[in-house]
Amino acid sequence: MLGFGILTGLLVLPLVGSLFIAFGLKDDEAGVRNTRWVALWTTLAVFVLSLFAWGQFDIAKPGFQLVERREWLGPIVYQLGVDGVSMPFVLLTAFLMPFCILASWESITKRVREYMIAFLVLETMMLGVFVALDTVLFYVFFEAGLIPMFLIIGIWGGARRIYASFKLFLYTLLGSVLMLLAIMFMYWDAGTTDIIKLLAHKFDPAFQKWLWLAFFASFAVKMPMWPVHTWLPDAHVEAPTAGSVILAAILLKMGGYGFIRFSLPMFPDASLYFANFVFALSVIAIVYTSLVAMMQDDIKKLIAYSSVAHMGFVTMGIFAGNTQGVQGAVFQMVSHGLVSGALFLCVGVVYDRMHTREISAYGGLVNRMPWYALVFMVFTMANVGLPGTSGFVGEFLTLLGAFKANTWVAFFATTGVILSACYALWLFARVIFGEVRKPVFETIPDLDRREMAMLAPLALLVIYYGVQPGPILDASAASIDQIVKTYQAAIAAAQKTALLAQ
Amino acid sequence: MITTPVFAVPDLWPALPEILLALGALAMLVIGAVKREKATSLIDMIGICLLAGAFLLVLGQGTAKVVTFEGAFVIDGFSRFMKLLTLAGSIFALLLSMDYLESRGIRKFEYSILVVLSTLGMLMMISANDLIGLYLGLELQSLALYVVASIHRDDAKSAEAGLKYFVLGALSSGMLLYGASLIYGFTGNVNFDTIAQVLQGQAAVGAVFGLVFVAAGLAFKVSAVPFHMWTPDVYEGSPTPVTAFFAGAPKMAAIALFVRVMMEAFPGITHQWQQIVAFLAIASMVLGAFAAIGQQNLKRLMAYSSIGNMGYALTSLASGSEAGVQGVAVFMATYLMMTAGVFACVLALRTEKGHAETISDLAGLSKSRPGMAFILAMLMFSLIGIPPLAGFFGKFYAFAAAIQAKLYILAVIGIVASVVSAFYYLRIVKVMYMDEPTVTFRDGAPEVRAVLAVTFGFVFLFAIFAGPLVDAAAAAAKSLF
Repeated sequence: MLGFGILTGLLVLPLVGSLFIAFGLKDDEAGVRNTRWVALWTTLAVFVLSLFAWGQFDIAKPGFQLVERREWLGPIVYQLGVDGVSMPFVLLTAFLMPFCILASWESITKRVREYMIAFLVLETMMLGVFVALDTVLFYVFFEAGLIPMFLIIGIWGGARRIYASFKLFLYTLLGSVLMLLAIMFMYWDAGTTDIIKLLAHKFDPAFQKWLWLAFFASFAVKMPMWPVHTWLPDAHVEAPTAGSVILAAILLKMGGYGFIRFSLPMFPDASLYFANFVFALSVIAIVYTSLVAMMQDDIKKLIAYSSVAHMGFVTMGIFAGNTQGVQGAVFQMVSHGLVSGALFLCVGVVYDRMHTREISAYGGLVNRMPWYALVFMVFTMANVGLPGTSGFVGEFLTLLGAFKANTWVAFFATTGVILSACYALWLFARVIFGEVRKPVFETIPDLDRREMAMLAPLALLVIYYGVQPGPILDASAASIDQIVKTYQAAIAAAQKTALLAQ
Repeated sequence: MITTPVFAVPDLWPALPEILLALGALAMLVIGAVKREKATSLIDMIGICLLAGAFLLVLGQGTAKVVTFEGAFVIDGFSRFMKLLTLAGSIFALLLSMDYLESRGIRKFEYSILVVLSTLGMLMMISANDLIGLYLGLELQSLALYVVASIHRDDAKSAEAGLKYFVLGALSSGMLLYGASLIYGFTGNVNFDTIAQVLQGQAAVGAVFGLVFVAAGLAFKVSAVPFHMWTPDVYEGSPTPVTAFFAGAPKMAAIALFVRVMMEAFPGITHQWQQIVAFLAIASMVLGAFAAIGQQNLKRLMAYSSIGNMGYALTSLASGSEAGVQGVAVFMATYLMMTAGVFACVLALRTEKGHAETISDLAGLSKSRPGMAFILAMLMFSLIGIPPLAGFFGKFYAFAAAIQAKLYILAVIGIVASVVSAFYYLRIVKVMYMDEPTVTFRDGAPEVRAVLAVTFGFVFLFAIFAGPLVDAAAAAAKSLF
């Protein structure tokens, strides 16, 4: 179609939907109703299209596929493509968006058109991050997503929304502008911004450290890693349900994706040099934020802190630098996308009814909401990492990878698994079991059909991937093998020089 | 080495746009003197047509380098690029002025004549190829601007703005002249090319002194810190469309002149002036970012914003390379469109009492005027430098040049300052989207809305058609090397 491929279609489709909402629909009751449907159908169409892309994707090939290339700004090209690492995230994004629209169906009542437009634009930007094959283009998508996110939290958020939205914006911006400088440096050094060519370019190890740090500043904030995670709990608590889902499920994954796409293969020497540093931060994140999570009285905040802990497994796995670690990291990110997204949806369900997120306000929900209790249990178990759920596979593989790289890291990180059981199960016990504390809870209705439609597929997927992790692991295997190979080669070379020096 | 006879007429074609403006301004003056205030609308129209005509002439001149007037006047790709920006800025300013001045009862026929005259000065600045031409252009534009600043003469603030601008401007002109005389004394010539030949490699201390004074004078014109003090007061005191004019066209000319002096007259001693420009850049970016945080008045805020933005342009210039000149060109193009857009927004928001003046006037704009709020929000995000809006690409090319020149510390400080500045731009977005409306606005005047449409289209869709503009800027930069 006009020389553009399927990936451009993925990026354009949400924009078409948002333009239609902006100019085709009025701001009256019928317009608002249609807005919701248009948004839902658009996101569903994007999902179908992404499945189509998946159909054309050959998992045996390690390189980039479905590549499209157009001239843009001289050396900066408009180049898109997917490989085994980005494909799962494209699917995850496209898959979760309809759920976000559904989650906002009734809870968003003011400025619905703007809300849906913001979400659709955000979808384009998120997909763009995962399919961009040019560093500047990547940066454009990476950063542009801040605009809708800022507005979503700032306009439709909770009481302290303005503080939270500013914090999110400024934190993320500060991190990413340093990455921008690094992108410029790489352009002058390699003479290109084309990611495929940059992956083949060997950067001087002395500069690699600075470049690595600049990228790290950006991705560490986005992940978020301890100690730059403090924007996340605020943003999560204040964001509307769908905003939290997107934040936890997709936006956090951009950091991990960036580490796998840029830091590890492009700066292998620096990655090796900083590996212990990342391990330390990861372990602190896992243990410390798990402890912090335990002490929260706000459900969303608790899940937010648990996200930080789970992202700690991801960074640990990536910089273990072996197949298990990196594969586990990808799997953990996808799994966490499903699980944490679903948990925030669950919080949204009760929040819509009771308008509070205080843990102490709840209790005994199982009596009135048995179905809710069931799905919430599935996701809690997945969050804990119970075998048979998708959460287990990711945590196990990253721990395995870390064990090969550094036994002590694996040892301390494993305590995080225990701690996660503590806070997650305790949360479950306080919210679902116990006595009904308030009379209003006597009449609380169980999940309706819309909420069932939202949560049931996620629950089934979480269990399916727990039992059958093959689809995700196979999809990314070839690409990750290649990344790990270059990294291991760098380690071998470094050891050789170290031996020679002795 | 004067081989031409003294009475020979120099080649006038390269200066055709300037001649058109000069003659046109005189004609406007005659009409105004005869017909008085009745002819104000007519004169405004003539002024816009003259500027548009000059725009087309410059566009048709091509990018070949031509020197005339005994080497005092030069046109090349760079001058063409910057002249087009300057003329666009002046046209925007005239379009934005009519409705506002009318509503305040200060619409006078002299206004557009002065704007045309100062634009003429700016074009001469851009084409100046020796120290005399530089000073001629600079003074012509400055003198016209001093008067324009106090066009609302019954208003104490406007009069104060004009006076302050004049006194400080005269001081800076004095410094510049002093520097020029030193340079002339130590190199024996006023022509940029000859100065460059004399100063190859080893520079006399006196000439470097002269360079510092000239740089100080130029820094005043681009309102770079520490020569920025006049900017907030003049911006606040002048009528809003005049502020819009100050923030646009004169900045284009001043930066172009700065670039030409540094690149053409002192290319051999880059390391001597690189430090100065880098310092100016850092100081401007940091002050622009921090001082704007506390501002409530939109014009004052834009004053600090423009100080900061000049810092980014100077960052690019500090690299002293071809990429640096390209960065300046791209950055100034995006800067011009963003500022013109912001002022068009402010001028399009008419209330019963007047126009929007403070940030709190914008409260809840997203409810009362959603389209307007969206446009202003996008302009703010663009000023922060968020992609895919125009401001991002401007900053990208500016900082990329600094990185290429290995000015890492400058680049890091600058980019961190831009994050700080994000705070006050975001505050405007916050006020519009997250607060409750207090004031109701009427529709803006049609010509103001036209300017808004053009600038917003440029800023919002920049990513799509950035290619030709970036290429044009690259070609412009090439002509200086």
